[in-house]
Order: sequence, then structure tokens, then C-alpha cells
Amino acid sequence: MTAQLCTFSVEHLFFGVEVTTVQEVLRAQPMTRVPLARAMVRGLLNLRGQIVTAIDLRSYLGFPAREGGEPPMNVVLRGNEGSVSLLVDTIGDVIEVPLSSFEPPPSTMKPEQRRMIDAVCKLPGQLLLVLSPTLAQGFVHDDHQPRTVH
Amino acid sequence: MADEIVEEFLVESRDSLDQLDRELVALESNPGDKQRLASIFRVVHTIKGTAGFLQFAKLESITHVGENLLSRLRDGVITLETVRTSVLLATVDAIRTLLEQIEATEAEGEGDYSTLVKALQFALDDATLPQADATLRGAEAAVPVPVPVPEPPLAVLKNALAEIAAPKPVEPPPKADVKPGRATQAVVEDPRIRVDVKLLDRLMNLVGELVLARNQLLQHSGASPDTGLVSTCQRLNLITTELQENVMKTRMQPIENVWNKFPRVVRDLAHSCGKQVKLELEGGSTELDKTIIEAIGDPLTHLVRNSIDHGIEPPAARSAANKPSTGTLRLSAYHEGGRVNIEIGDDGRGIDGERVKMRALERGLITPERARAMAEHEIHALLFAPGFSTAETVTNISGRGVGLDVVKSNIEKLGGSVDIDSTLGRGATFRIRIPLTLAIIPALVIGVRGERYAIPQVNLVELLRLDADQAEQLIEHIDDVPVYRLRGNLLPLLDLSELLQLGERDPTRDANLIVLAADDRQFGLLVDEIFDTEEIVVKPLGRELKGLDAYAGATIMGDGRVALILDVMGLAERGGVGAIERKIKESLRPPPIEGNAQQLLLFRSGASSRMAVPLDAVARLEEFQRDQVELVGGSEVVQYRGDILPLLYLSEVFGEPRAQRDTLQVLVHGQGEHQIGLVVDAIDDVIQQEIVASRRGGRPGTLGSAVIQGKVTEILDADSVRSLVGG
Repeated sequence: MTAQLCTFSVEHLFFGVEVTTVQEVLRAQPMTRVPLARAMVRGLLNLRGQIVTAIDLRSYLGFPAREGGEPPMNVVLRGNEGSVSLLVDTIGDVIEVPLSSFEPPPSTMKPEQRRMIDAVCKLPGQLLLVLSPTLAQGFVHDDHQPRTVH
Repeated sequence: MADEIVEEFLVESRDSLDQLDRELVALESNPGDKQRLASIFRVVHTIKGTAGFLQFAKLESITHVGENLLSRLRDGVITLETVRTSVLLATVDAIRTLLEQIEATEAEGEGDYSTLVKALQFALDDATLPQADATLRGAEAAVPVPVPVPEPPLAVLKNALAEIAAPKPVEPPPKADVKPGRATQAVVEDPRIRVDVKLLDRLMNLVGELVLARNQLLQHSGASPDTGLVSTCQRLNLITTELQENVMKTRMQPIENVWNKFPRVVRDLAHSCGKQVKLELEGGSTELDKTIIEAIGDPLTHLVRNSIDHGIEPPAARSAANKPSTGTLRLSAYHEGGRVNIEIGDDGRGIDGERVKMRALERGLITPERARAMAEHEIHALLFAPGFSTAETVTNISGRGVGLDVVKSNIEKLGGSVDIDSTLGRGATFRIRIPLTLAIIPALVIGVRGERYAIPQVNLVELLRLDADQAEQLIEHIDDVPVYRLRGNLLPLLDLSELLQLGERDPTRDANLIVLAADDRQFGLLVDEIFDTEEIVVKPLGRELKGLDAYAGATIMGDGRVALILDVMGLAERGGVGAIERKIKESLRPPPIEGNAQQLLLFRSGASSRMAVPLDAVARLEEFQRDQVELVGGSEVVQYRGDILPLLYLSEVFGEPRAQRDTLQVLVHGQGEHQIGLVVDAIDDVIQQEIVASRRGGRPGTLGSAVIQGKVTEILDADSVRSLVGG
């Protein structure tokens, strides 16, 4: 049994997500910012008439903001209630890996990283963090950051 | 394969059941309608046949006895008594419950329907008819199955989907010339197909995109010298517009889809209230967007229940009032000015303004002063106040004190409004105005800090533009809270940029002020730029943003960029408009009024009579000199602010001689032409106190007495004093 994963990286972390959950991969898109939303919500983009929320994974994972030079890439994931776009640093290849190389994420990982991944895949010379296929619905539930209330 | 058959059976049966409900109730009022009876018989027969084929034994046994009953009715062996109708309706409910059970679990479940079958069997014979009634009642008491079972959410959803997918034209009662056998023909001739709503939504999106692409293409082609290209683009333009209109139409449904359930609801309610109600439906073909159709059902049901429970009187009371013993409930819908009006009218007892006021006073919703000054429409608006209910007894139908306020807020959420017309003793009409669609709404596009936002036009009152130097003068502050004088009234202002935490507004810029209304409140919103009004397509926000009350959704602008739609009610709450309004009121009336305390003016009139009057009832305190007083037709008047102010000596009103003084102390009461000057002996003090007036020893012209500052003090009723002397 193997899994086909679409890979990308954020800072030094290498992620993979089940190919079938990826709707599409796009270059940086014009976005409309959403005041009052949590910092990880980078804005809204128009995907052929569908309004998609862009989540900045750097901000979500607690990394410093992206340097001015390279614009982020969009990995658009399908969700039950609309899609979500993940803003990532670079896009990698689609790879096929045996399921036997999957292991549950170690309990010592940072909670915000652990929450979004299902497994760790042992690649030769590198570890790949496998995103949960339901991630597109998942950003609501981990709402620990209190919003400013007037 | 078998699953598909079952699925189809479920969908078809559900459509038929709705029809059954309607036809049975119609049949009850016209038992001789053989054609209708035949059509009901056919529907039950079809369900029975399929149930037998699919081996749903319980369903088959119920429908079998039901069919027997119907066939005897059809053959004229027995007549349709109320009991029989009830048994038949209970049968429809049981069939519905079984179908839901089958849908959820693919089996008939554990429900026991033997009592119902027994009741059906009793109903077959005139001799055992009373037993049928008793059995049915027993069954209703024992098994909570027949009467309204809340449907499981999944079933509701599927139900809704099935209805939307097949917008069946709810046929008006078959006319006499329609040949029997229509039901079977309809299957063959039906020019409709079922379409998944998701597909329609996707079509909508694509058409929206097409419109954007068309707009861009037109811009480019306008500059092109190629006439062939230009004319092709023009054609594309027309076709796109037409396509858009037609795709919009696919989402429209007749309001009949909601009304279908009312004949049954009205019948059941009228029975349980012991009332006779005739339901009239008008304009059922009026079309509305499916989202609105779905959302309007609950508020409408509530208003219908309200009319039957509170509006229409019991038959005896109606006869006593010289009205036909059967009350009429009328639902009508019609288009007007791009919106849809829905009216729910009854010819019942109407709304008793005095009772409404009494109740509002009891509930502490208004003050006595306010109650006296209220206009009729304001009194009616009280019905929609949270926590208001005039029902003397709490029934299980309505009158739980939750209700009309929820109806109002639900309708307002749809961008609609509701108001009441009523004549005491003649009936009441609730009028709902809602937009045709929520998917496309007119909106004002504005700009703040380089981003565009849309504001729904329904909330818009007016637009004002203030030059930078003008703005500095005209925008005043109460403790840092900006306000604006709009035609004499202070309007709370909110700065959109600050509200969205984008930093404060640049005071050197010209200001654009948008006056908005939400929930009976007005406030002004300061923005950088105002662009234009546009028809926008409303799209929901993703789940990550659902909690933000400042936005109602998002839309895609002509250039393909996304713009957020502001939620005016949410903004008002976020900006604390309520608190600002309180601040304005405080600043206008310096001593704050706490709790139920009121401000009272203490004065003396007559020998030793200590009296008080609520300060709200006094417009002004004046002193006049004796020589200013003139006599007109035997009455004393003074010239006052360009008007004539009649004087009334309070001591005389209370049967004591008037004291002769050179300086008259006068309380000016009332407004404009109705002003009157009450002459008192001395004005003592203004105090703030919670008073409980006791009626004991109260004489005409007073509200009673209360202990104020340790002394018994009479409370003057300024309004009634005036009427005592016929002023």
C-alpha cells in the first residue's frame, strides 16, 4: 500500500498532503485582507467565483513573517464547507511513499504542529510531516487565540 | 439496485404525503368531492402496493386498512365525519413516521401501530365510530407518534432537498373539468427533472465568473477596430445577461411550497383551541429565492399560530360580537417594488392597545409617561419587544413569552421588516416585506484604507459629505465619543477604520458619513470613500471567519477582487452604539436616572396640599406677573412664546379657592397647541425617587399618594387634570 503525497515546505519543515485533497496549487494571488480576523488568516481570494480563505502556515506555526523577496505559494485544499488555501514557502514534487514508512507523530512535537499532522513519514535522509486530510475543516477547532472583543 | 427503488419510493411517497394532508383537509370542508376522494384513494393505494412489493409489512397493513376506509367513503357507504378525518390524518402521520424510519435505518423500526389499525377498523363502521375516536385519543396519549413529531435534522434536510429538486407546482384544487387519472398521467407528461441544488449553486458561480469575463472582454473590444469582434462581443453580452437572469430563476420557488403545510397546521390548531378557522391562501405562485423560502417557514408558522391562538375568538365570543362563528385567516403574497409582501390577516379580536400598554408597564418595558405619549404604531411595536406576551394563560401553542421578538429578528436577518395593522374587534394583519433573493442584493460600495467594503442597501438611510474643516467643527465629542447633529438629533458616530482596527481616521481628510439603521437604531459610519451602489452576489465566509460579527459575507467585485460585506447590526454592537446612545441621553439630562427611580417636581397647591408631578410631564416652569394675564371668553390666558397659554388654577380644580398673588408660579404642560399652564402656589424641589403610588384616598386628577421625604404627597396626573376641566 502506498500513498501519493503532494509536498511543500514551510521554513525548515517538509510537509506532505494526500494528493486527492488538493484542489490546486497556485502562485501568489491578489488577496483581500480581513480586519479583525486572527493573524494566520492572510486574506480572501477569488478562485473562479469561489471565495477561499488563505491561511498563512508560517503564522500558524509560529515562524517569523516571510521575507519580502519570494511571494508565497497557495496549496488549495478541498473541504466539506468550502476550500482553504495554505500559504507555503515552496512547492515540492508529488511523491509516492509506502504506508509502512508512516509513524504516529512524536508526543514531544509542538502542539500547533502536532495538531495538524496525522503521521510522520520516514524518507531517506529526511522526515516528511503528513497533514491530516481533514485539515481544511480543522482550523476552526483549535481556536485558542482570543479575539479582541470590544 | 434495491436501494435505488427504496429511495425512489421514499421521495415519491413524501411528495404524495404532503398532497394527502392538503387534500384531506380540503375534503373535510367538502365531503362530497368524489374526485378528490378518488385521488386520495389512489395515492394511498400506490403506497400500499409499493410497500407490499418492498415487504414493509407495517406500512402495508396501515395503508391497507386506510384504503378500506377510503374505498367505503368513496362508495358512499359511510360519510366523512371529523373523527374519520382525524383517523386518516393520523394514518398519514404514521406513514410519514414509518418512511422516515425506513430512510434512517432501512427498516420499519419497533413502532407499534396496532392501535391505529384498530381505530381505522372502528372507523369503517358507523356503529363503532365513537370507539374509533376513543381509540385514537388513547393512541395519541400513549404513543407520541402521530401529532407533530420534530423531524430528525437529516430528514428535514433531505426533505428540503427533495422539495427543492422537484419544485412541484402545487396544484390548485382540481377543477371540475379535470379528468380523473391525472396522477398517473402526470408522471408521463411531467416536463420537469430533478436537479441537485449544489449543481445550481455551481451554475450560479460559473455564470458570475462569465459575467466578469464578459465585462473585461467588453473593455478590450471597445478599443478594437475589428467590427466583427465588437458585434460578437455585443451578442455575447446580451446572451450572458439573459443566461444570468435564467440561472437566477432556477433558484426561485413559489411560496406555495411553504404554504402547503398550513391547511393542516391551521386545522390541528383550531381543533385544539376549540375554534373554527377558515384558511384562505392567495398569491401562492409568488416566487422567492430558495434560501428565503427555507428561512421564512418558521416565522410564518409562528404568526399563523399567533393569529389562531390570540387573534381569532372562540365561536361563542364571535357570535356574541355579531361575527360569523368561523374565523378567517388569510395568507397572501404579492410583489411590490422589487420586494415581496406577505400578509397574515385574521378577522379576530384585534390588538387592544390598552392591554398591550398595561402588559408592557407590568413587564417594566416602558414608563407610565412613555405609555401615555405612545402612538398606535409604537404600541404595536411593543408586541415585538423581547419578553412580551399578552396571553393570559400559557398555552402549548404560543404565549411562552418567546416569539414575536424572534419572528422579528429572523425576518430582519433576511433583510426584511414586519409591521402590524389592527382594528380593535375587527382583526389584525401582520405584514412582512422581504427581498426576492438573498443571493443578489443591492449594496453601497465604500472604501477604507484602500480596501473596499459593501454595505447592504437595506440598512442605508442617507449619505453626507463633510469637508475636512467642516468635519472638524461638525463632529462633536461627548467624552471622546464622536457625535453629529443630524437635524437637531445627536447621531452616534463610528469610525469604520478604527472599528476594524486599521488605525484612526485621518482628520485632515474630507469625511464621508453614512447614516445607517439597524434594529431601530441609527448611527453614522465614517469612511474614506464612497464609490457606488451595485448589485452584489452574496457568498458565505469560510468557517475560519464565521465568528466575526462585523461581516455578513463576501462578494466578488467587477475586477475579480473579493470585498467583504459589512454586517451593520454587528458593527453597531461592536462599536457599542447602545452605550453611546446612553451617553448622549445622559449628557442631555444631567442627573442620571437609576433603576425605576423617577424625577419628581414637588410643589404646593391649596392650603396645605403637598403634591408631586413626574418631571417628564412638565415642559417648563414659568413665572408670570398678574398684569400679564388677559381674559378671553371668561378664561385666563397669557401670551407665551408667540402662542396663547390658557391658565388653570390647580387649587380650583381640587375645589379650593385660588390664592391671589402678584406672581404666578406656572407648570407648563403639554406641547404646542395643547399646552396648558397649571398655576400652583409654590414650587419646592426636584427630587429623584422611586415611587409606589397608593390609590388609597386618591381623588380625581391624581395618580394616588406616595410617601416622599417622609410626608404623604399626592401625585398629580397632569393629563387627567386637563380632561377634568375639558381643556
